[in-house]
Amino acid sequence: MTTNATDATQNLPSSHFYVREHHPEQGTLLGFWLYLMSDCLLFAGLFATYAVLSHSYAGGPSGADIFDLPLVALNTSFLLVSSITFGFAMLQMQLKRVNGTLLWLGVTGLLGVAFIGLELYEFAHLLGEGFGPQRSAFLTAFFALVGTHGLHVSFGIIWIIVLMAQVKRFGLTTDNNRRLMCLSMFWHFLDVVWIGVFTFVYLMGVLQ
Amino acid sequence: MSEHNALPPSGDSHDHYQGHHGEETRPGHSTLKGYITGFVLSVILTAIPFWLVMGNVIDGSGLTALVILIFAAAQIFVHMIYFLHMSPKAEGGWNLLALIFTLILVFIALAGSVWVMYNLNVNMMPGVMSEPVLQMQSQ
Repeated sequence: MTTNATDATQNLPSSHFYVREHHPEQGTLLGFWLYLMSDCLLFAGLFATYAVLSHSYAGGPSGADIFDLPLVALNTSFLLVSSITFGFAMLQMQLKRVNGTLLWLGVTGLLGVAFIGLELYEFAHLLGEGFGPQRSAFLTAFFALVGTHGLHVSFGIIWIIVLMAQVKRFGLTTDNNRRLMCLSMFWHFLDVVWIGVFTFVYLMGVLQ
Repeated sequence: MSEHNALPPSGDSHDHYQGHHGEETRPGHSTLKGYITGFVLSVILTAIPFWLVMGNVIDGSGLTALVILIFAAAQIFVHMIYFLHMSPKAEGGWNLLALIFTLILVFIALAGSVWVMYNLNVNMMPGVMSEPVLQMQSQ
């Protein structure tokens, strides 16, 4: 890269284009991807904690005792369908259709709300039975991991609402399109993390 | 990179100019077909692990665990390609490079934690844990 830089300074006309190479739009998407990767490391820490503590029941319930797999399957399907509805929103965005984009964003947001609602129901049920995070190390790790994912989804829903208002007011401008692309990555990334959660926490928790 | 920079200034400018315009349609590789394919594959790769566990299809939880982990890895792969549009070309390869680096760190964090803490547990077991267990049994 250093030789390229000196080339650019020696050759004045092309120096313009070196400036243009750092296109802000591309920079944002790459930067957001790097943020997602660091978020991935956060989840890796929580997964590792759960892996270490998943058998420390302290005389409390095990995963097989408390996990309700049909409920988890329903929740998984909400998130999976919301992934493709977000895809439809992006396709509508590419076609520059404001109403279509808003419609599919709305559907995605509602599916996200359904997901969070079911998760809160599950948490409330567990807390009601006395199986809160303070019961055992296993439950602490469980609530930390699943709760952090739920918080991410909640913020994703807030982001969807904000962007819907933006798109409604200002239309599908270059800025809004870029924001939608970032949100799209965020949303799909959360679905990827959920694959890890339902496999590693719920399904393998019931197996043991 | 080197090939790209070897172009004469005029060719270079043309390249960037196109890139500039292509920006807004850049996620052009997200197509309806791509999303539908990804969705159908994901549904299959989600349904099978749930069926395996809820229906007790395979004898032996160890084997089932291995199988559902493979399904999870496959589904993550599908999501990366069809929903997150990962490809060696995206963002000039930097996306993929960051992802590979992250995966290595995730592997070290997970495998390292499990490995170290398992050994710690095994080596701590006799002294610390058996005593209360014996007391409970004698009561």
